[in-house]
Amino acid sequence: MLKINGLKAEINGKEILKGLNLEVKPGEVHAIMGPNGSGKSTLASVLAGREEYEVTGGDVDFEGEDLLDLSPEQRAGEGLFLAFQYPVEIPGVSNINFIKTAVNEVREYRGLPNLETKEFMKLLKEKQQLVELSGKLANRSVNEGFSGGEKKRNEIFQMAMLNPKLGILDETDSGLDIDALRIVANGVNELKTKDNAFVVVTHYQRLLDYIVPDFVHVLYDGRIVKTGTKELALELEEKGYDWIIDEFKETV
Amino acid sequence: MSMSDEDKIIEEATTGDYKYGFVTDIESDLAKVGLTEDTVRFISAKKDEPEWLLDWRLKAFRMWEKMEEPDWAHVSYPKPNFQDIIYYAAPKPKKEYESLDQVDPEILKTFEKLGVPINEQKALSGVAVDIVMDSVSVATTFKDKLGKLGIIFCSFSEAVKNHPELVREYVGSVVPQTDNFYSALNSAVFSDGSFCYIPKGVRCPMELSTYFRINEANTGQFERTLIIADEGAYVSYLEGCTAPQRDENQLHAAVVEIVAKKDAEVKYSTVQNWYPGDKKGRGGIFNFVTKRGICAGDNSKISWTQVETGSAVTWKYPSCILKGDNSVGEFFSVAVTNNMQQADTGTKMIHLGKNTKSTIVSKGISAGKSQNSYRGLVKIAKGADGARNFSQCDSLLIGAKCGAHTFPYIECQNKSAKVEHEATTSKIGEDQLFYCNQRGIKTDKAIGLIVNGFCKNVMDNLPMEFAIEAKKLLEISLEGSVG
Repeated sequence: MLKINGLKAEINGKEILKGLNLEVKPGEVHAIMGPNGSGKSTLASVLAGREEYEVTGGDVDFEGEDLLDLSPEQRAGEGLFLAFQYPVEIPGVSNINFIKTAVNEVREYRGLPNLETKEFMKLLKEKQQLVELSGKLANRSVNEGFSGGEKKRNEIFQMAMLNPKLGILDETDSGLDIDALRIVANGVNELKTKDNAFVVVTHYQRLLDYIVPDFVHVLYDGRIVKTGTKELALELEEKGYDWIIDEFKETV
Repeated sequence: MSMSDEDKIIEEATTGDYKYGFVTDIESDLAKVGLTEDTVRFISAKKDEPEWLLDWRLKAFRMWEKMEEPDWAHVSYPKPNFQDIIYYAAPKPKKEYESLDQVDPEILKTFEKLGVPINEQKALSGVAVDIVMDSVSVATTFKDKLGKLGIIFCSFSEAVKNHPELVREYVGSVVPQTDNFYSALNSAVFSDGSFCYIPKGVRCPMELSTYFRINEANTGQFERTLIIADEGAYVSYLEGCTAPQRDENQLHAAVVEIVAKKDAEVKYSTVQNWYPGDKKGRGGIFNFVTKRGICAGDNSKISWTQVETGSAVTWKYPSCILKGDNSVGEFFSVAVTNNMQQADTGTKMIHLGKNTKSTIVSKGISAGKSQNSYRGLVKIAKGADGARNFSQCDSLLIGAKCGAHTFPYIECQNKSAKVEHEATTSKIGEDQLFYCNQRGIKTDKAIGLIVNGFCKNVMDNLPMEFAIEAKKLLEISLEGSVG
């Protein structure tokens, strides 16, 4: 589904990703962990097409398409979704209007007609329940005055509405209490099928108690330096990153 | 987004051509170029006006001759040569029409392109329309239905003929002939406009709507609107404006006067999309308009809502004189400027009566290289005990080459008054755009969404049908303008 090969990217002339390789297949959940400043959020941003980042090398294949050739909205249309670490507020635009616009834009990209209001409302209710999002939030402005937990649940709600092939969660667990964490994770688990995949960028092991990854990757200095299974996450929790960094430095 | 990309996109901001730039091919009955006493007499004679109105015009003309064009507004433009303008143009086949079938099909086609609600469906949806094309009212619908309630809704010329006592009593009573340079000019040469009278205790059952349109090249349009709501009456009045594309600058200097008596309420909504000129600033309408209402009686209310997307230069301050005790004035405004447009717009709230209340909500959106200014005066007179004002002025910038300015004036002569002013300036953030893009929403659509969100509490004040049109207009006006 996703094949990243030797990806290099910089921002303001500073190289952040230094030749990153990653392959994600349908039905898989990958966790990306790593110390601060290793390039985790950069990876998420580059995949979603944020323009501040300049890709200086490598290629990314997404479902047979050259992902780097596509605009952010085309990537969304192709089925890539990014749950933001810091979701922005859009004053005056209701949450329901926003997601309806998004759903119909993505449908238009795929050559589908707009969703009938009745169908849309049905979908909306179903997905709101999935992340235990209060119906009241639908009429509030996008993320405006939302608590930290509400913002993150709103991201998962939007993901559920758009039903992407590949969902990238950028530190969705940061700032969440244990209940919110459970709700978010539960949402992801409900959405998981054999045809889609998730890349979960996280700092802490605790999210992975709820979303069980097939692979855990350690990102350091713009490269994936170690790959393992969920046990690796537990090991990291216990021992920190230093031993991996040392291991990596020796091989270099 | 890198800087050069941003520049490129901003340069492309003008790809959205003005969609109403067509010229209707009908003969016109023109006045000679230029403005002299003879021009004024010509217009008055053409319209078969009574002596008192000719005298009224001439008085305005003589004072106008001595006045100077104002230059305090934050706009710059080549001053129009007032001797190069044709002051009167009437569509030629001018007869009285009894039904729409008799109206020149060319004219009807024009209105159709504009989407003017003149047809049956619209009629059924409850919109009475008085259409002003260049200068003469060509069709009025619903007159009968309104007539049964004693409501008068007709062209200004008809009102002069049929209700001279009302016109004579109120014309110039809110905006005196000599109020300013343009009101004096209008008073001298106005060709037509709309007149509306709602009798005591009558609630007008439908929105009254007028479309103005400048068609003849090189003609100025000087219409006058007079709305009188008698005691306890209510009316909601809509005005929409569109002008075809022209290389020359055309002048539009209208006057609107509103009188609200005791317990009366007038809601006046405008959507203005006069031709704004091309991306280099060539052509476009100079829109110098004086709009003012007086809450003459106790507990009366006047509410202005405007959505301004057009004109090369706009100079417009719909105002309220709050004379009656407990009277209420409201001003809700969205002003969008793109490319080389300049707008200096706002309001004046003059509190004279006790416990008078005013609310000002102004949303300015600037894109391209445009300049957008809010200018407002809140004046609390000595006797206005317990007066209250709340003003909110928000500016939204799109791109790095435009400007937003706020000039609020507050004059308070009464210690018991409470005046509040809030102002914000923000930019459409790349973060917001990227967020929308990531959800599959294209940039143009995202801007429309964000801008409409920004204007929401003004748009909510527009009548439903108008709000949809205004929303579309905002999107069209800002097509391609990313920052």
